[in-house]
Amino acid sequence: MNTIIIGCGKVGQKLAEKLSQEENQNITVVDLRYNVVQDIINQYDAMGVVGNGASFEVLLEAGIETADILIAVTGSDEVNLLTCLIAKKAGNCQTIARVRKPEYSRELHLFKEDLGLAMVINPELTAANEIARSLRFPSAIQIDTFAKGKVEILKFKVTDNSVLDNMQVSKINSKLNTDILVCGVERGDQVFIPDGNFVIEKGDLVSIVAAPLNGSEFFRKIGVKTNRVKDTIIVGGGATSYYLADKLIHRGIKVKIIEKDEHRCEELCQMLPKATIINADGTENAVLLEEGLENAESFVTLTGIDEENIMLSLFAKSRMNGKVIAKVNRVSYDDVIASLDLDTVIYPKDITAEYIVRFVRAKQNTIDCNIETMHLILDDKAEALEFSINENSPVSGIPLVDLSLKSNVLIACISRQGRVIIPRGNDAIRPGDAVIVVTTNKGFKDINDILQ
Amino acid sequence: MNYRLVINVLGLALILEAAFMILPAICAVCFAETEVWAFVICSLICLAAGLLLKCIAPKHRRLYAKEGLAAVSLSWIFMSIFGAFPFVISGAIPNFIDAFFETVSGFTTTGATILTDVEVLPKSIAFWRSFTHWIGGMGVLVFLVSLLRLSGGNNLYLLKAESTGPSVGKLVPKVQSTAKILYAIYTFLTVLQTVLLLAGGMSFFEAITTAMGTAGTGGFGIKNDSLAGYSSYIQNVVTVFMLIFGVDFSVYYLLLLRKFSAAVRSEELRWYLGIVVVSTVLICLNITDMFDNAFQAFKHSAFQVASIITTTGFATTDFDLWPQFSKTILVVLMFVGACAGSTGGGMKVSRILIAFKTIVKELKITAHPKSTHKITMNGRIVEHETIRSINVYMIAYFAIFGLSLLVVSLDNFNFTSNFTAVAATINNIGPGLDAVGPVQNFSQYSMLSKLVFTFNMLVGRLEVFPMLILFSPYTWKK
Repeated sequence: MNTIIIGCGKVGQKLAEKLSQEENQNITVVDLRYNVVQDIINQYDAMGVVGNGASFEVLLEAGIETADILIAVTGSDEVNLLTCLIAKKAGNCQTIARVRKPEYSRELHLFKEDLGLAMVINPELTAANEIARSLRFPSAIQIDTFAKGKVEILKFKVTDNSVLDNMQVSKINSKLNTDILVCGVERGDQVFIPDGNFVIEKGDLVSIVAAPLNGSEFFRKIGVKTNRVKDTIIVGGGATSYYLADKLIHRGIKVKIIEKDEHRCEELCQMLPKATIINADGTENAVLLEEGLENAESFVTLTGIDEENIMLSLFAKSRMNGKVIAKVNRVSYDDVIASLDLDTVIYPKDITAEYIVRFVRAKQNTIDCNIETMHLILDDKAEALEFSINENSPVSGIPLVDLSLKSNVLIACISRQGRVIIPRGNDAIRPGDAVIVVTTNKGFKDINDILQ
Repeated sequence: MNYRLVINVLGLALILEAAFMILPAICAVCFAETEVWAFVICSLICLAAGLLLKCIAPKHRRLYAKEGLAAVSLSWIFMSIFGAFPFVISGAIPNFIDAFFETVSGFTTTGATILTDVEVLPKSIAFWRSFTHWIGGMGVLVFLVSLLRLSGGNNLYLLKAESTGPSVGKLVPKVQSTAKILYAIYTFLTVLQTVLLLAGGMSFFEAITTAMGTAGTGGFGIKNDSLAGYSSYIQNVVTVFMLIFGVDFSVYYLLLLRKFSAAVRSEELRWYLGIVVVSTVLICLNITDMFDNAFQAFKHSAFQVASIITTTGFATTDFDLWPQFSKTILVVLMFVGACAGSTGGGMKVSRILIAFKTIVKELKITAHPKSTHKITMNGRIVEHETIRSINVYMIAYFAIFGLSLLVVSLDNFNFTSNFTAVAATINNIGPGLDAVGPVQNFSQYSMLSKLVFTFNMLVGRLEVFPMLILFSPYTWKK
């Protein structure tokens, strides 16, 4: 599979890094800057072309004729769109463009239908969606949905006095009378796919698989608040804030945006009549306290400066009990940030890259296998894959205990005719099921790959 | 410096060498020679050492530039040390330094020998000599990379350190696939040459050793008079194939993809062929009197030009007896070398071409101080980085050349011998002039000089910096 990436900014680099690790991916990157291209070639298994990606000749040199997917992620929306159009004419490939200007956000369907783009991604909108999702489930750090929303993988941190501390994985369901499955534990740098004997400790980041209702029940039983937030304070009034506020208001959540720039405040007022817009410097403690930070149920920092976002979140964390979300643009320091006591950190560039990788893999997989959805979980060290099972699959009809699975493979969930089954040893997979597999092995293509 | 990773790569290279030694062992069995035990023992030693080194698991597998360069140069040194064992154990070359010289000469595709009589060598030993050319021509680690994914996905630094030329590119996005394609083309051409040589009446053994010597642009012969004793047909086949192996392999890849116009557009290829044609004609005119007819003169001059410019070092006649003008042309060709991305040595046509272009640029700037110029190659701007690395390469190259000449002069041979001996080793050619001429060998030089030549051969094959980096204290700091 040949993939061309136009634009080697942070997203482009992330894509090159992720995709070049895959066995049958041939990556070619294109950028105007010679040094950037050289860096990518030296670091990752990819080829590089220096030039303007929107030029036909450069695209030919990058191998557009044999490309399967072209991803345009330069800084300019117009260049991205033009590149995709030319690529479409020059070769027979799927095209993905990053289009971030809010003016275009209402025209996304036009791009897809009339211009033939396979995917249009808006980083700010994607980040806003992600934030909205975690506000819905404040105690979880990360949520991934499978089987059309019927199953979720929820990640949360085990606090100091949690009942889960020192508990064996196999005893969780019987002790708490819940129906969930622990599918992964992150402890420091290590990632475990636990078996029944694994003991959870405080400080662990635990990922569970559950149906949405069971998930909230589980959280209630371990003493974590689960009801979604009723109000939120957003610092910074950029594009992400606008998308997020718009979404939250639709769901009936009260939104307060604190923005320094008066002109921008007026704009936001017009666009978001139901939101409360405060024209003040959100980095001043007095302002935040005056606006009721201590009683707010959630707090989101979306200023353009990473350091400010992190400091504000830490401050908020010390003054309130609600959910705190910080946006960080730079991806490079994620492990340092993870060691801070922040609830959720959103990396728009990371998310953008991940969405694209997911799309590319799905495209790649439609060729010769049956992955429905794929999520990178456990700090990207593991994959959660959803397979649909067909008639003569070798795994169907056999009780799970009797399947000889590869190590570090867990059958996390079976979705059968709209019903979600958290599998036990005696359950068996049947044709027509959707099965979610969690594994630290990479590159599974088919359900058969889980067998030894 | 990630020592563990470098050691790990070393281990893999030795395991690979252990596998390589099985071939001469088979050859020994076929000819019912007792040397089979020498090869079996050496193969086992290699395997044991390799497995031992491989046991040291690296903490992380990220390969950076310095690890890549150090891994390549150390692998070459270690492979040469272990590759010398068969010569010593079998008794073909009892002195270890001599055997080491011979092995390095083989792996670096130099073809310089310390043996006075190669015809008495057992067949399997002769096979091993030629086989080291074939492995060394394209590179050991390139072979390793084509077999397995070594480090965290990207082995470009290994490929870069081992491939020739100022800027190493990939044919396809994956390093592993690139290495596979290179070896596929290489093997195909070698087989093709073997078949053509067989058609010319050579025995299978002679055909395959000659083909391997040509493919790696090595030059170890199995006869004392190199190729002088063979028919014109065979000499012509070898001439053509020497030239073929001196061409950038990406040209063949373009041909495979049927991109003929792009293949022919290569500026380096045109200059390379131009230089060959002009030199051949000049020498031919110069030496016509020495042969019966013009055709004979042309054949010998073409063979010798091809042999020297591709740095192979085969000979059909003793060119040391040729007139001064012809000999000087050959010495100049020694430095020019083959194309970048080929199996040949020397400074490479593209480096010289770019160096000349910088001279022209400098002249233009002197005439119009405010004018701006960019150096282009194949219609594309040559980046400043590349030009800088070429300049530094040339300075380092000539510095090493001068120092080596100084040390070698201790042996008190005449200047021509010393100069061409250093040139013949640093450019991976083999024969020089006078005392190291095509019918002579390196055996008269002292042990110190032989070690200097060994170093020169490695410097020439790995293009200076992978070897120099071993002497830099910054490399070894944690």
